[in-house]
Amino acid sequence: MSITRISIIGTATEWLGAFALASLALAVQAAPYLPKDDSVVLEHLPVRPSDPVARELRELRAGLAANPRDRAIAVRLAERYFALANSEGDPRYVGYAEAALKPWWDLATPPLDALVMRAVLKQYSHDFPGAMVDLVAATREDPQNARAWSWRAAIDMVQANYDQARKDCAALKGIETELFAVGCTAYLDGTTGKAAGAYRALSEAFARSGETSPEIKVWVLTRLAEMSLRLGNVKQAEEHFRAAYFEPINDQFLLGAYSDFLLDQGRPDEVIPLLVDWFRSDILLLRLAIAEKALKSPKAAEHIEALRSRFDAAALRGDKLHQQEEARFNLYLLGNKEKALALAQENWTLQREPRDARILLEAALAMKDPAAAQGALDWLERSGFEDPALRQTAEKLKALRR
Amino acid sequence: MSLFPRAFFAALLALVSSGALAHKPSDSYLAISVEGTDVKGQWDIALRDLDFAIGLDDDGNGDITWGEVKAHRNDIAAYSLARLKLRSGGADCPVHATEFLADDHSDGAYSVMRFEGTCGAESDSIEIGYSLFADIDPQHKGLLRLEHGGGTRTGIFSPERAVQTFELERISALTQFFDYAREGVWHIWIGYDHILFLLSLLLPAVLAWSGRWQAVDRFAPAFWDVFKIVTSFTVAHSITLSLAALGVVSLPSRLVESAIATSVVLAALNNVIPLVHGRRWMVAFFFGLIHGFGFASVLRDLGLPQNALLIALVGFNLGVEGGQLAIVSAFLPVAYLLRATWFYRRVVFIGGSLAIVIVAGIWLVERAFNMKIITP
Repeated sequence: MSITRISIIGTATEWLGAFALASLALAVQAAPYLPKDDSVVLEHLPVRPSDPVARELRELRAGLAANPRDRAIAVRLAERYFALANSEGDPRYVGYAEAALKPWWDLATPPLDALVMRAVLKQYSHDFPGAMVDLVAATREDPQNARAWSWRAAIDMVQANYDQARKDCAALKGIETELFAVGCTAYLDGTTGKAAGAYRALSEAFARSGETSPEIKVWVLTRLAEMSLRLGNVKQAEEHFRAAYFEPINDQFLLGAYSDFLLDQGRPDEVIPLLVDWFRSDILLLRLAIAEKALKSPKAAEHIEALRSRFDAAALRGDKLHQQEEARFNLYLLGNKEKALALAQENWTLQREPRDARILLEAALAMKDPAAAQGALDWLERSGFEDPALRQTAEKLKALRR
Repeated sequence: MSLFPRAFFAALLALVSSGALAHKPSDSYLAISVEGTDVKGQWDIALRDLDFAIGLDDDGNGDITWGEVKAHRNDIAAYSLARLKLRSGGADCPVHATEFLADDHSDGAYSVMRFEGTCGAESDSIEIGYSLFADIDPQHKGLLRLEHGGGTRTGIFSPERAVQTFELERISALTQFFDYAREGVWHIWIGYDHILFLLSLLLPAVLAWSGRWQAVDRFAPAFWDVFKIVTSFTVAHSITLSLAALGVVSLPSRLVESAIATSVVLAALNNVIPLVHGRRWMVAFFFGLIHGFGFASVLRDLGLPQNALLIALVGFNLGVEGGQLAIVSAFLPVAYLLRATWFYRRVVFIGGSLAIVIVAGIWLVERAFNMKIITP
């Protein structure tokens, strides 16, 4: 009888759990309503009309409206919107930028500035081949174009074309500041088994560079933290993360990397205060929900549902831009290993950065399917990427094969 | 370094950020239903997009209020409907806005515009041209749900696919029947008040009252007790569901919903302080009449196809029964096995009933006074 008792308790809690989840699903499901009165605030705009940014955008838009073929204004406006897309994490602005470039969007060979801008917008939507065609044309036309070379390096890195990326970084020497050129090479070395030298080179160049903007400081410090982790120096990594965190700017990618670090260190409670105001950002909400689940927080279910509906909405519009995050969501929040692995595999065909390898290895390990992660295992072999945790995962996976 | 980081810096950032799409892109949700020459629809458009296109934040404080949306409803209707072209059989289907509401999707607040119109000609296809925000945000997409004759299709509009034609094939009676049956199963499954009501009546089925609750000796009496309860509940709510769905009787939904919550409270309370025993099937019948009105409101929301009223009604009803049977057949064997245990009699029966009383009591207050306590 005691066995039956236990099983009915199990059933009851599961039933209640399902009940709670289903009621949440209903709550998240949209239903139109009539707001109580006119003063109800429905939406906060991310940029107030009185902000200097908004004013500048307004002026540029007005200028472009008066003369839609004024390329200088169009490119400047597109640049402003692209920067806003990065800082706000809102892809709408990329659409606005594309609209500004409309007269040049479908040309075979637009003028150089429009060409590079077009490539930048294309890569944002993961059209890497299209972006690369534009960038190669741009560097051919102007071999001194630092911007085009940097984007070539960025895309080659994402696709793990390290030999080409090395050439891109080399091309930057002399046409960019030392910190940027060293940053490019150090990023590459840090990913390809030379993290110790990369760490040294980047910290020295950083020290020599004098006063830099908070944005650049955050970038450098985050990279130094990552390299420290790859070298197994957790304490140093944390110091860099904290230093970056206290810079006076919001940087989603720092917050993402810092949260991942804390989660890996088994400190989910410290993630909550970091991310509590970032509900709108999918990548940060994912980390918040993982931390809340680890802490058995009542907020977890609500945030998991919100993520689910966002991924569903993306699927509805046919987007495949979130696969890495969606794989993580499926693996760690839904326990849907099979789907996680399929997503991680598809993501790997497009993007081959360390974190793409990580989710593929982890999903394959969960499914006990080493063959599925062959691409990531080969990459680890070929790149020489040093991260001890990732190597451990790979070893576990390979052990399954024996 | 200016406010905007240097170009090169953006690329350096991209070395880690590429692909991290941090936010949902701009979408609108367009639902259109076509019956004969009549077109009805609902269009959810993000307030942020509308603000960018036509400006909603009149006081410039960065907040969009319902008042500001209302003040611009004619602008919203004119702007959006000018970018939606419906054609059937070579003739236009001019539509006009009928109602404005608000809604929250996963990425923020939306304006909800309902609209309707009449096509110049009936046809077996409808052409939809969608160009909302195509000029200001080529990444914007329109997500369409098209309903016709009880069937639903979806489509995605983008500047590359701005005009699409949808065949309006006749949906077979069988498909329609199963569609509504599926809805019926789904609505009993998510209709907690109905499930809790049924459970309250079923919990004592494996016990017998003789001054105090005792386990029944044999399965047969428990089974027939459940059979009677479920059958009378079914017969009762089928009657009122049909009457309400056909428009013969109509009750205000707040009254119906409050009465349903009351029925759950009473049914569960009766387990703790038994007043009615033995004839719980009569309780099931009486309150079943009220629950039927609740199902009818669901069916009304789904929209009843006028050409297949009977099929939809029977399908939905059978779906509800199927859902109920699934719950009962999961419940009865387990309850019967456990009937003699302390766990069943104290924790499941008394504890469960009390929990149901509390939940349903809160629903009652919420529904009667139109407030939110536990319902999010």
